[in-house]
Amino acid sequence: MTPALTVVRLGLFATIQDLGRFGFQELGMPVAGALDPLALRLANALVGNPQGMAGLEIALLGPALRVDAPSVRIAAVGPITMTLERAGEAPQPLAPHRSHTLQRGDILRLGAVDGASVACLAVAGGFDLAPVMGSLSSYVRAGIGPLGGRPLAQGDRLPLARDGAPDGPDVELPQPPDYGAGPLRVVPGPQEDRFTEAALATFLSAAFRVGSQADRMGLRLEGPALEHRGSADIPSDGLVTGSIQVPGNGQPILLLNDHQTAGGYAKIATVISADLARAGRLRPGDALSFRAVTVEEAEAIRRRQEQAIAGWIGAIRPVRPASGVDLEALYGENLISGTVDIVHGGSDLPLL
Amino acid sequence: MEVRFTSSGDTAFNVEFGEAIDRAANARVMALHARLKAAPPPGLVETVPTFRSLLVVYDPVATGRREMQAAVEAALAGGGEAPAEGRRWRLPVCYDPDLGPDLAELADALGLTAERVVELHGSAEYFVYMLGFMPGFGYMGDLPAELDRPRRTEPRVRVPAGSVAVAGRLTTVYPWESPGGWHLIGRCPVPLYDGARRDPVLLAAGDRVRFDAIDRDLFDMITESADAGYLDPDSLRDVG
Repeated sequence: MTPALTVVRLGLFATIQDLGRFGFQELGMPVAGALDPLALRLANALVGNPQGMAGLEIALLGPALRVDAPSVRIAAVGPITMTLERAGEAPQPLAPHRSHTLQRGDILRLGAVDGASVACLAVAGGFDLAPVMGSLSSYVRAGIGPLGGRPLAQGDRLPLARDGAPDGPDVELPQPPDYGAGPLRVVPGPQEDRFTEAALATFLSAAFRVGSQADRMGLRLEGPALEHRGSADIPSDGLVTGSIQVPGNGQPILLLNDHQTAGGYAKIATVISADLARAGRLRPGDALSFRAVTVEEAEAIRRRQEQAIAGWIGAIRPVRPASGVDLEALYGENLISGTVDIVHGGSDLPLL
Repeated sequence: MEVRFTSSGDTAFNVEFGEAIDRAANARVMALHARLKAAPPPGLVETVPTFRSLLVVYDPVATGRREMQAAVEAALAGGGEAPAEGRRWRLPVCYDPDLGPDLAELADALGLTAERVVELHGSAEYFVYMLGFMPGFGYMGDLPAELDRPRRTEPRVRVPAGSVAVAGRLTTVYPWESPGGWHLIGRCPVPLYDGARRDPVLLAAGDRVRFDAIDRDLFDMITESADAGYLDPDSLRDVG
């Protein structure tokens, strides 16, 4: 049997995603990709993968996965609970923001995602799945991507590219990633001239709330209506993730990764790339507001963010137990080959 | 005509050639699209042609707006690469009432008979201005002026895949079952999107399309052979 993770209990909605399917929008093909690209990049870094490799994006409640491989290294980034079930042992919680090395037969129960729309799980070496149009992102609406472009289903085997975990200790991020706070930053336009002065001022000062219609395609926002100067309709033109379009009812829609490639509503502003991960993490009921920056400012913010991400990845270090005793250094790798892995088991306090 | 640059954040900008949906503006869009595709500036991710503007998508880590806009301005000034001549297609359509549930109502609203609507729809060669809305959805024009009618006020929640529809001066074939607000006048048995094909999307911007009325028997036959994977899309090319 080829190495795999097998879905033994289905969660609510999990899809394979990478950083998006670019290059086919001229055919009307949406980009899709991870709603929280920062989580995917960091999860990949934790297991030693290139940052853009495809991982599992988990919304609401994750699946339970059985390790059908000699071993596998995994890492989750995001607000998700995880439990490891290993034969003959009590279930133990696994923390996100660090890697864990699992053994054949282990069951990884991915639990509730709470505090953001999604969390990301990466596996060392990635999944052995065939890209569709150059990408492993899943566009569920049209069934495009690996697994027929659909979410995970009961019994799915996710083939692993690596037949076993890499050498070396498990590692951790010293801190969870900092997504920033405050208003989402936007560049006005491309059609800001299709709105009244009052609407622009309202857009940049009012409090909005994510409505109940929120999915991978976009977030309908609730707040004061934004008045158009004339019609809300324009000749359909290209959209990006982060475009904020305003239909005739004046209620903005913040477009996310599964957005259609072109649309005919005037767009008041665009969320800057450095804030897209924050936007992708929003859930129904979340409050948000907007602040305008120039393209040049957006570029500078993005450069600083990339430096910060490089810093976080550079600070990834071998896992240290909560007690402060560096068991890794004390015992070295030679003592941890038994069935009870006190260093890599993932509990906060080793069972000494 | 003045070219206008507008911002879509820090990952894209639009190059606009006027406000109108017309062939001249679209030809400039497609020419710039072809040039940038043939010689992509460093950091270009892709370009997305629409009716009268080109979305230029770039990687803001690899490049920046200033450099990318300068490269696009140079491509605009440079000439050179002309868009390839689009392909010509003949797409069969069955206009039976159950497959085109809006045909009678549309004909009434236009003061025409259903037969005349069908005849007019089949009388023109349509230009694929752009794809969008969903993979493979082509915005084709121009519909004869006699058929000009705004979108339905109440969009449908479920439009069957293959539905042939009109709105304004445009016509389309829905590649997928989806919501939709256009008037449904018939059904095309040829999948506009088929993941099993080497090129899953049938149409491309710049292609030309004619519709041929077919009867129900032929519609069923083509549907069957398409379902079985026997339909060669090239058989629909009009090379004459």
